[in-house]
Amino acid sequence: MKPQTIRRRKFLGAAAAAAAAAGALSCGTRKSPWRFLSAEEAAALAAMADRIIPADQDPGAASSGAVNFIDRHLMGHFKRFRQTYRDGLAALERTARTMFGQKFAGLDAGVQDRLLKLLESGAASRVIWNQVAPRQFFDMVVGHTMQSYYGDPRHGGNRDAASWRMLGVPLVPVRGRDQYDFTKPGGRTA
Amino acid sequence: MSLQKVNAVVVGAGAGGGIVAQELARAGLSVVLLERGPWLTAFDCRKDDLRNQRTTALGNGFGPDDDRHPRVVVEANGRERIVRASEGGYHNNAACVGGGTLTYGAMAWRYMERDFKMRSTYGAPEGSTLEDWPLTYQDLEPYYEKAEGEIGVSGDVSPDPFHAPRRKPLPMPPLPPNREYEILQPAAQRLGLHPFDIPMLRNSVPYNGRPPCLRCRWCVGFACEVNAKCGTQNTVIPQALATGHCQLRTECVAQQVITDARGRVTGVAYFDRDDRLKEQPADLVVVSCCALESARLLLNSKSKLHPNGLGNRYDWVGRNLQGHTYPGAFGLFEFDCYDDVGPGASIAVCDFNHGNPGLRGGAMLANEFIRLPYQFVGQLPPSVPRWGPPHKDFMRQWYRRSIGVKGPVQEMPVFDARVQADPKVRDYWGIPVARLSGGKHPHTLEIARFIASRAEAWLKQAGAILTWKNVPGPGLSGGQHQAGTCRMGHDPKTSVVDRYCRVHDHDNLYIVDGSVHVTNGGFNPVLTIMALAYWASAQMVRSWPAGR
Repeated sequence: MKPQTIRRRKFLGAAAAAAAAAGALSCGTRKSPWRFLSAEEAAALAAMADRIIPADQDPGAASSGAVNFIDRHLMGHFKRFRQTYRDGLAALERTARTMFGQKFAGLDAGVQDRLLKLLESGAASRVIWNQVAPRQFFDMVVGHTMQSYYGDPRHGGNRDAASWRMLGVPLVPVRGRDQYDFTKPGGRTA
Repeated sequence: MSLQKVNAVVVGAGAGGGIVAQELARAGLSVVLLERGPWLTAFDCRKDDLRNQRTTALGNGFGPDDDRHPRVVVEANGRERIVRASEGGYHNNAACVGGGTLTYGAMAWRYMERDFKMRSTYGAPEGSTLEDWPLTYQDLEPYYEKAEGEIGVSGDVSPDPFHAPRRKPLPMPPLPPNREYEILQPAAQRLGLHPFDIPMLRNSVPYNGRPPCLRCRWCVGFACEVNAKCGTQNTVIPQALATGHCQLRTECVAQQVITDARGRVTGVAYFDRDDRLKEQPADLVVVSCCALESARLLLNSKSKLHPNGLGNRYDWVGRNLQGHTYPGAFGLFEFDCYDDVGPGASIAVCDFNHGNPGLRGGAMLANEFIRLPYQFVGQLPPSVPRWGPPHKDFMRQWYRRSIGVKGPVQEMPVFDARVQADPKVRDYWGIPVARLSGGKHPHTLEIARFIASRAEAWLKQAGAILTWKNVPGPGLSGGQHQAGTCRMGHDPKTSVVDRYCRVHDHDNLYIVDGSVHVTNGGFNPVLTIMALAYWASAQMVRSWPAGR
């Protein structure tokens, strides 16, 4: 058997273990497929990410894994942003319902853009946005969406390295060392 | 708990401390080298574009961690905030064996003769503590040469008419040019400038038993996969350990420098990796923790005889914090500039370091290291919206067709740009954290605007169809080029250490890192830190009492 085959098997086994571990960590609502976000929050976030980086001849942020990226890191390095996501996504939905009588995800793209520009300019209703500043929430989501889309696929976004293909960046060559241990949190050997 | 006494304890295994440890061990002194971070190696090169020392969206790749090492930043409006180690405003360098030299871009500049005589050349602008160094370039020249040879530098500065006199060429030839070099070189010549290969602490050929650069894109901010980047972690520190006289203790956090009842320095108190407080007695103590942390350690070393901390009788410890203001410009081209050949930065001019009309000093200009895709996101022209279809279009169209040129402006030191020990906030070990306040001198920004315009002119001459400038704001400088907080000088009333890096009033306490820089050159400072480490070590060995 070639060494690559062994490594691939080891990896697949470890990946299955990691998936099981992620399930055990889940603290979203029971029916949510996500780790932290509820299904409703994830839908609003996906819609928002897709306006930040829309699909055209190349994939948009949502199909590229923006929600997966953000949700994954809300379990780790983004832990401190949990409340901002919870409050911000709730306020986004309330704004959409108040202004247009619909969920954010159900609005036309042009209307979604109008609403997002309202957040960006900080002009959204202070009554609804009483827990988090709209601009702060918007900036945070723009930043994380860019990270998910243009960052390394290993972090849970940029599915199939779509953005790197789009930019014309040669994909990461697989080089000799077996330096990732997917049986440990974060997949790091240290 | 007190440990067995050694000849010297060196706090911090970075550019300065690593060299001092080796030089003292080589001279036969027993040395303990303390490092707050772990020993990471080429094996720890994870090519993680969101978690490294330059892009920290998912944390610092090479320390320190976010949870145990907070700092306090005082903003211009007086508002205080606690910052985490991976956040902007923290002014991080690194926490690992090798310090910043494990992951730096590795530009290996000698300062110029006038960089050591800034005050006598230009006069200090109002509100600046601009001063001459108490040593000259000629004093340091043999030690620059030693650093270039022992750590390893590639490049060719011979086409640069502005470099200071040197006795030997660099030990390794430059790497072959990349595409940006080929675009920028003729343009610089048409402008009458003098372009040349950037000197780099990076193997271009096998050297010191390690292989040459493989030209990958994961360079600045990353540990080198093949160990071609030369830092103290793969040169002097292993050599120091091989002497048998040096012991390296990693994940040890210094608490304070200890003095006896008469005020004499007797050792260092530190927390070991199991958080146990230890005392390491030593004849000599060398503080090499970087400009922010060295000042903090001295300020935290209080006693009856030193109520304001060690070396701080005249309130100069922590003052004059500086780094580099990095102005520059970007240009867009009608053709691909990106060739995926690392490290990316390749060509420089030193035409604007001095002699700029009406300005005190200037900066070297060089093309930027390879920008990974996420890094390009925040560098688009101000006219491009930061989200939506135009942003994506811009990324798609111009990522491979852009060049960045920028340079480190030599800053005018400001007395109130400073680090203090925070009176309230403590770190994981209960040690008062660094508190940062102050900002840049207006003249620094004036120089920065000029340098940005020169960068833009270079790109235009190279054929850029759209250019835009980038000039930093007036906030505090520091970061990986942090310097100045324990100034070197002849007069104890206006400096902290003497010309040999020895703290005034203490014959056995040295500070060896960027802290002692009076000014920081218009260049990346690491080779000067290394040269000073050799210079100071030579003095320590010379003054070491034989038979002690």
